[in-house]
Amino acid sequence: MAKHLLELRDLHARVAGEEIEILKGVDLTVDHGEVHALMGPNGSGKSTLAKIVAGHPGYEVTAGEVLFEGKNIEELEPDERSRAGIFMAFQYPSEIPGVSISNFLRTAVNARRAEGEEIDVFEFHDQLLEMLALLEMDESFASRFVNEGFSGGEKKRNEILQLAMLKPRLAVLDETDSGLDIDALKIVSHGVNALTEHDDQLGVLLITHYKRILDYIRPDFVHVIMKGRVVESGGPDLAQKLEDAGYEWLREDAAAVSV
Amino acid sequence: MPHDPTVAEIGLDEYKYGFITEDKPVFKAQPGLSEEIVRQISAHKDEPEWMLEFRLKALEIYYSKPMPKWGGDLNQLEATLDEIYFYLKPQEKMERSWDDVPQEIKDTFEKLGIPEAERKALAGVGAQYESEMVYHSLKEQWEEQGVIFDSIEDGLRNHPELFREHFATVVPPRDNKFAALNSAVWSGGSFVYIPKGVEVEIPLQAYFRVNTEKMGQFERTLIIVDEGAQAHYIEGCTAPTYSSDSFHSGVIEILVKKDARFRYTTIQNWSHNMYNLVTQRAMVHEAATMEWLDGNLGSKLTMKYPSCFLMGEGAHGSILSIAYASDGQHQDTGGKVVHVAPNTTSQITSKSISRGTGRSSYRGQCKVYKGAVGAKSNVECDALLLDEDSRTDTYPYIEIDENRSTIGHEATVSKVGEEQLFYLMSRGISEEEAMAMVVRGFIEPIAKELPLEYAIELNRLIELEMEGSVG
Repeated sequence: MAKHLLELRDLHARVAGEEIEILKGVDLTVDHGEVHALMGPNGSGKSTLAKIVAGHPGYEVTAGEVLFEGKNIEELEPDERSRAGIFMAFQYPSEIPGVSISNFLRTAVNARRAEGEEIDVFEFHDQLLEMLALLEMDESFASRFVNEGFSGGEKKRNEILQLAMLKPRLAVLDETDSGLDIDALKIVSHGVNALTEHDDQLGVLLITHYKRILDYIRPDFVHVIMKGRVVESGGPDLAQKLEDAGYEWLREDAAAVSV
Repeated sequence: MPHDPTVAEIGLDEYKYGFITEDKPVFKAQPGLSEEIVRQISAHKDEPEWMLEFRLKALEIYYSKPMPKWGGDLNQLEATLDEIYFYLKPQEKMERSWDDVPQEIKDTFEKLGIPEAERKALAGVGAQYESEMVYHSLKEQWEEQGVIFDSIEDGLRNHPELFREHFATVVPPRDNKFAALNSAVWSGGSFVYIPKGVEVEIPLQAYFRVNTEKMGQFERTLIIVDEGAQAHYIEGCTAPTYSSDSFHSGVIEILVKKDARFRYTTIQNWSHNMYNLVTQRAMVHEAATMEWLDGNLGSKLTMKYPSCFLMGEGAHGSILSIAYASDGQHQDTGGKVVHVAPNTTSQITSKSISRGTGRSSYRGQCKVYKGAVGAKSNVECDALLLDEDSRTDTYPYIEIDENRSTIGHEATVSKVGEEQLFYLMSRGISEEEAMAMVVRGFIEPIAKELPLEYAIELNRLIELEMEGSVG
């Protein structure tokens, strides 16, 4: 039986050093080539889940497992996870003053190549230009400093640019749609779709609060997370149901389940 | 077959650069400083009487001044002054074995890809070096343009009037204790003259090395940029220069005359046992521009404050300084700007990085004399702390005697954020590489002013410094 791309088994997690659990037993599976949407109200644990998968040092697993291609990745550092094929598009990307996007990306691309096998400068440049065009970003972006002075839309496009250049096997998009106007949303979605079309093995975990982005990036599966647990899973029509009815109907069920 | 005995006999056959020195009695070197040593230095260089008098007077001044109590810790240096050789000629070979060179220095050479031939030289093994400048490059076209780029000794010898007119006018011996010392025992350095209106496109470069046990280095450089001329001088070397317990006390005097433009770039990476105390000063005349680019990575203690005295109306001076201090190092650096004439402008940008127990301080002065109407000065000093124990201090001195002037000062201190680090690591970049990246980004505004090969070297050095800095 083929291994799952990502498997969360009864995952419990919290902020490192704190008592309260944010994730209280999450079960979730993403297979190669699938797009999964994870929706939930504020405080449900969506972002925590993303950070746990990426290996953020500020969070810790208290029970359960995170398996990537069948292997438990809990001991792996964030850079090791990235090189293994995990990518997270940040909700709030950091600024790196004085470091150009081109420089930053080339370092990241070479980080997953063996020493002596760095990407050819011209090849890199060509690829970068191609991806910049895909995301409707002007060539001048390449020499701007990472996220410095970027608008919200530019930051999010920069995240997808990185996704495009690093070619991961799993992309976790943490509220990529937040703060975006409709035009930026379309561009970002177009970018993600182009990547999933190009690589049919790429798995996507799209974390969002609103259904809107799912009109552009069609999910294969939709999950709802509430109070640290996945309470409902279904197909794309589940997203529509949430849009029409809100989260309330699920809240009652969730309340009934958790003691 | 008969062979020429002369070369072998006088021991010049191993002399790499093929200089033929005059036949001089071999100078007997002794440690410590005395009037006798100063006389011997002057005699050996065949100097005119006025220079000998100058040296002797400077020696008196040196003895009369106390050791400075500010800046870094000079107590250990004071103790070793009696053991230092203040002057050595090439024939005094002090052999040291390659085996004695610390492994980490050898590793650094390896990592930087320094050619085998240079490694021993840089490590001070097999002495081919001495106080006098044996290496500088001068292109034919410069000669044609009338550009003078000589050793300081040749400057004095070949251009006596020009030399005497300007020598010690920018940094007199009385200026500070180490300027006095340098004035007494100076040896080696550059003499540069750029004639009126001449533009020298390619940077003039000179580097020298400190090589032998207990060897002090007292280079003296005098640069005169005549009206409307333009040039760039680079001094220093990014590769680590090794010796044991050494002391480097240089004086650099620059005159930038009306409408001229000049930039002086230094990158030093002296080994971590070196005391590096340098007086660098430029007199900037009407509508002229002076730029100091100062990179301090090595040494045990560096005290260096490149200065611009803005003497003529509309003069502009800037100092861009990078300092990196890691375990056991203290960089006390910054700059000085003195506004004497009206409508003068200045800019000091200082970026200092402290790692481990390293201490990186900014020490700067901005002085505006009465009458310097319309003077504008801006100081920006940024510090980056990489570890819990790292330390940075800021000592700004601001004296404004003209209230029709604009002075700005900004200072920031930051550390590498956890979120920043996580962001970079989540792209597959190792923690060390991520730190190096943040540091490179931090110094970018200054590094981009460096000639390309220096910038590349600087980046590589930082990468090496970062290795082992985490965990």
